[in-house]
Amino acid sequence: MNTIFLVELQQGEEATIVALHGGCGFQHRLRSVGLKEGKTLRMVARHPLAGPLVVEVEGRQITIGRGMVQKITVTRGQ
Amino acid sequence: MKTVVLMGDPNVGKSVLFSRLTGLDVIASNYPGTTVDYSKGKIALGQQTTEIIDAPGTYSLEPTNRAEEVAVSLLDKADVIVNVIDATSLERCLLLTVQLLERRKPVIIALNMWDEAQHLGIHINVHDLEGLLQVPVVPTVAITGEGIKELVGRLDEARVSERPKLGGEEQIWTEVGHIVRKVQTMAHRHHSFADRLTDATVKPVTGLFAAAVILSALFWLIRVVGEGLIRYGFEPLFNLYRIPITALSDWLGPGFLHNVLVGTLIEGKVDYVQSMGILTTGLFVPFGMVLPYIIAFYVALALLEDTGYLPRLATVTDNVFHRLGMHGHGIIPVLLGLGCNVPGVLSARTLETRKQRFIAATLVSVTIPCMAQSAMIFGVLGHYGAGFILLVYGTLTAVFVLLGLLLNSTTRGECPELFLDIPPYRRPSPRAVTKKTWMRVRWFLAEAVPFLFVGVLVVNILNAIGVTDHLARHMSPFMTVWFGLPGAAVPALLAGFLRKDLAVGMLVPLGLTPQQLTIAVTVLALYFPCVATFAVLLKELGVRDMLKAATIMLLTALIVGGFLRIVLMGVWGGAP
Repeated sequence: MNTIFLVELQQGEEATIVALHGGCGFQHRLRSVGLKEGKTLRMVARHPLAGPLVVEVEGRQITIGRGMVQKITVTRGQ
Repeated sequence: MKTVVLMGDPNVGKSVLFSRLTGLDVIASNYPGTTVDYSKGKIALGQQTTEIIDAPGTYSLEPTNRAEEVAVSLLDKADVIVNVIDATSLERCLLLTVQLLERRKPVIIALNMWDEAQHLGIHINVHDLEGLLQVPVVPTVAITGEGIKELVGRLDEARVSERPKLGGEEQIWTEVGHIVRKVQTMAHRHHSFADRLTDATVKPVTGLFAAAVILSALFWLIRVVGEGLIRYGFEPLFNLYRIPITALSDWLGPGFLHNVLVGTLIEGKVDYVQSMGILTTGLFVPFGMVLPYIIAFYVALALLEDTGYLPRLATVTDNVFHRLGMHGHGIIPVLLGLGCNVPGVLSARTLETRKQRFIAATLVSVTIPCMAQSAMIFGVLGHYGAGFILLVYGTLTAVFVLLGLLLNSTTRGECPELFLDIPPYRRPSPRAVTKKTWMRVRWFLAEAVPFLFVGVLVVNILNAIGVTDHLARHMSPFMTVWFGLPGAAVPALLAGFLRKDLAVGMLVPLGLTPQQLTIAVTVLALYFPCVATFAVLLKELGVRDMLKAATIMLLTALIVGGFLRIVLMGVWGGAP
């Protein structure tokens, strides 16, 4: 399976989180809202002009900035 | 006295639970970060009085913003911790739970939003969860009060968990995963039509369209409700009130007391706006002109908050706010500030960095007119058509954007990205909306009416001892040249420091042209916050940043006022 960055995921696609790259604080914040390795997510919306993305994990939606999304790798599908 | 602290993730219902437990009213909303400071209350448990503290929400014991710092610092005070967790997102709430248990303080868990979890097909085995965590777990529905009695009854069962301490966060997460797998089963859900509709409100194109529709509808609602309340409620009341006040005026006869209580008669009659007496203008401005719009605004705000729409609005406006040195969450201080600048400035606490907080607090206090001021602006400019009102708000919006761009590029510091947890949409309960509106209206009355009385009194005293004339004469050349306003407008600008609504009212007897009124109310909105806002700015920003903000305000008012004067009246025109 191909590992891609979350930022490459298109609207409506689903993926499974492979790894969180980045500092401790960053990983801590992501995990505290449920974005953890092995979780399945769905890309709900992608805002243009380097705007934020909205992903859904376990029925909860989370808005997250572009820069942060570049530090998350996923594989497509569940 | 024992102290019980309510701790939990943001937006899990701590504040609702707090008001259920204590019977005290605190503001609760369906978006993360409503509570930025703690509230205290007392309840009697058996023979003992127990203090209950509602802490701001925090995802963990390592704070990432100031509101979370407040929460963590409250831990030391706690004899017992009530850890409130959201049954619909058990897994992520348990990080904080485990961290709390490791602090070795007595803990009891309120498993809140129990009804919503069941509705979503999430089943949690409470008995097993109690066993694994080694502390009592009570399912609750704070909104309806379900389970609260049991929670109170079992408060003294709260105990120190003897679970072995785990090494670090990594290990805690692994453990949390184990716990969740053991106690929770989830029914699979399909993506329904309602889900698609809610998705549309966070998508770029449909989201902006939805924002435009929702916000316009709300402003329309505010106008209709505000005007309706005036026409059918407050106006008839004040017409009746004219009888006793005229009798009082006749009985008192002319003199200082008459001036202070009733004010000056305009064409032999009491004029509620112009007379400037405590019992005339001092009552009419807050009750007859401002209160109706305050009520309307806070009903609209409560609806916006309790549905859970605000985080979605923050998402679709993030692009704009990012360029102004904040991120989408900056919409919250702005919206709250439209009601009153004080809670607006306070809510800047939920922004992560000092730069963001400085920009948000400054922009709100400079460019956002509070509802009291707005109501008066509608009141005095309304007769001249919507054009002038639009000009005032258009100017303020332009200043908001330009100043934001400027501050973003000149203020040192970080501007992190938006990272926001979006709660599910909920139907606002009429009871909660009414209660919240009433709390905020009561706060307005307690704050505004005394200040207006003082304001009216001060204005009368200054008039009587001749300070007003003196100021007007000396400031006249500057006011005329720069703003195209008569010197007599100076006392109104000064009164704006006490109450902006009173200040707008004081412009009415000056007989200004609509162009001059437009300039005056815009300058009044920009130049300085009222004393209440000034106090919170000082507290939130510290002396140095406050002085910076104040300089920005004065400069902005001078530049924008001068610019409007040239646009509306030409360089030489206008001034009488």
